[in-house]
Amino acid sequence: MTGALTADLGWRAYARQLYALMAKDVIVERRTKDAITAMLVFSLLVLVTFNFALDLRAEIMPAVGPGVLWTAVVLGSTLGLGRTFAVERDQGTLDGLLMAPVDRSALYFAKLLANMLLMAAVLLVSVPVYAALFNVAVRPLPLLAIVVLGIVGFAAVGTLFSAMAAHTRAREVMLPILLFPVTVPILIGVVQATGLALGNPAARDMPWLSLLLGFDAMYVSLGAVTFEHALEE
Amino acid sequence: MLTSAGARRALVWIAAIASAVSAAMIVFYVPNDRVQGVVQRIFYFHLALAWVAYLAFFLVLVASVVYLVSRDLRWDAFARASAELGVLFTTLVLIVGSLWGKPIWNTWWTWDPRLTTTLVLWFIYVAYLMLRAYTPDVERGARFGAILGIVGFVDVPIVHFSVQWWRSLHPDPVFARSDPQLPTPMIVTLLVTIAAMTLVFCALLTYRTMLERMRDDNRALEDDEVGERVYA
Amino acid sequence: MLPTAPCPDGAEREEPALRPALEAAGLVRRYGSTVALRGVGLVVRRGEAVALLGPNGAGKTTLLRVLATLARPSAGSIVVDGVDALRHASVARRLVGLVAHQTFLYGELTARENLRFYGRLYGLHDLDACVARALDVMEIAQRADAPIRTLSRGMQQRVAVARATLHEPLVLLLDEPETGLDDASQERLARLIARWAHGGGAVLVASHRLEWVSGLADHAVVLREGRVAATLGPRQNGSLDLARAYHEAISGQGVAAMVASP
Repeated sequence: MTGALTADLGWRAYARQLYALMAKDVIVERRTKDAITAMLVFSLLVLVTFNFALDLRAEIMPAVGPGVLWTAVVLGSTLGLGRTFAVERDQGTLDGLLMAPVDRSALYFAKLLANMLLMAAVLLVSVPVYAALFNVAVRPLPLLAIVVLGIVGFAAVGTLFSAMAAHTRAREVMLPILLFPVTVPILIGVVQATGLALGNPAARDMPWLSLLLGFDAMYVSLGAVTFEHALEE
Repeated sequence: MLTSAGARRALVWIAAIASAVSAAMIVFYVPNDRVQGVVQRIFYFHLALAWVAYLAFFLVLVASVVYLVSRDLRWDAFARASAELGVLFTTLVLIVGSLWGKPIWNTWWTWDPRLTTTLVLWFIYVAYLMLRAYTPDVERGARFGAILGIVGFVDVPIVHFSVQWWRSLHPDPVFARSDPQLPTPMIVTLLVTIAAMTLVFCALLTYRTMLERMRDDNRALEDDEVGERVYA
Repeated sequence: MLPTAPCPDGAEREEPALRPALEAAGLVRRYGSTVALRGVGLVVRRGEAVALLGPNGAGKTTLLRVLATLARPSAGSIVVDGVDALRHASVARRLVGLVAHQTFLYGELTARENLRFYGRLYGLHDLDACVARALDVMEIAQRADAPIRTLSRGMQQRVAVARATLHEPLVLLLDEPETGLDDASQERLARLIARWAHGGGAVLVASHRLEWVSGLADHAVVLREGRVAATLGPRQNGSLDLARAYHEAISGQGVAAMVASP
């Protein structure tokens, strides 16, 4: 009965769909630049605000700097994470995706990768600006692993939660409220690891990267599995 | 759940008696802590509350998984009730912790790993309640709650580790007894208090779940015919 | 662009059997505290166009969304060409296409880009040829490379139809597709529907415009308050005399309410 029509997707077809979804998000974002602009501007704004709010003298930068940087990135990123889904839902295109024979996990991974790219772009700009504003020496290479693991974890939870938040009232408020408590371990991990890499004497020498890796593995899996329940009508 | 009214009343009575016994033991039976004195007695209460809070959220996890698989709204009612009670108990843990901390260490709050994890937990499940409240569609709210119920609880050990590592160089006051070896009377009192608190929680959970299920049934009964068929 | 001339997705269709293209039974669907569908069932056969009628709030849109696998019914069954749509949603999705109030198009992308994107999602081979043909058939080739948001409502609707029919679905669902279209576009749409059915596909079109839909439907299903109030047809003498039968089916609702709706 279903024999001739199964055409069950092999992994190659899955990959093609994944690529198509990602390409779509990238092209749309490139043309509107909505999310990236908001994220970038807000992150930089937070960095500058910290300067007014805290007395960020050179002596305390090693201790406080990583926290300032990551808080700015996280706050800015949360803005962008919410947008991708809100827009799809408002325009009605989310239904178009759901009607297609696409595995929901593919939708998850595509959005996850798109969100990761956005966050990477924010960091790419924020780190040099941070280094310049606060006159801090930043060696990029040791930070690379930290940044990647941090982005993966944050985007993994953020993608899942923004799919849910898009269907609630007050969705701009709902996403941070959901996201921040759950991502506490990531924040602690990246700040400590960054501190270690940049020579903060007070940073704890613990296997932070392993913690981040564990978190990432757990939450990417959870996200992929539960995503369809989040999207279902 | 306990379906007969008689069983429920019995539970309430047992919980009440156990609470009375536990209170008596805390006040009269157990000796003073050598270092902290009388104030330390609040610890039994505090620990029992914490145990129940974590139990409540664990139950939310279980109910969430079962709900996602079975889509039986009764499990969602259970999850909802447990989450609410969990938030209540967690709030109490935090408040009682403060009340204990102030006289002993002259500080209202400390970033002790266990207390901090409990604080994060509080935020996660307050977010749970908000998520459900802000989701217009009931069935969707149930699904979202289930997802968060799973994602949130899985996070707990990770949060605990990360906070513990983070504070590893800090001499935070430890929220336990100062003397690592618990003498027998204290162990007994602790166990009795935990048991009593668990019974109280069970009683509350039973009635709260009942209330939530009645709410669901009410909603279904607004349309008679379909109500019977869908919620049978 | 007929179902029998495939824009292939690599799967060979079995010989059209005598089984219906779409068979739904006992569909129940709630939205919050309202029950939108209370046990709706219908059958659409190959080569048939069925009109879905009913006052506002009767459940037409809900029914179409459920049939398009966008919403899960709390009870009931949907069988598309012998495939259980609830258990094998992925397979069923290849067989169904929906044209609705929203266009499901990305405003920032061009018509061509939108079609290519969806073509990839549906796993179509020979994508370029398919897209080119779709653009031709719907007569939108000359505006194919402008962002969707710059197109008029009528043109957007045409691209939306192209999107829905790109993967040559066996069952074409349309939810009041003629709203906001001028006469010429409505004509074009009616012809498309007729061609689709004629080519062996199955069409279910919800509409308020009795006149428009009576010219192309073989049967009609009338919904009222989430239930099937009547089934009208089959077509005789070239058209379906819907107006009178429809009002009779809806009677009790008050004819004034019907006359008021467009």
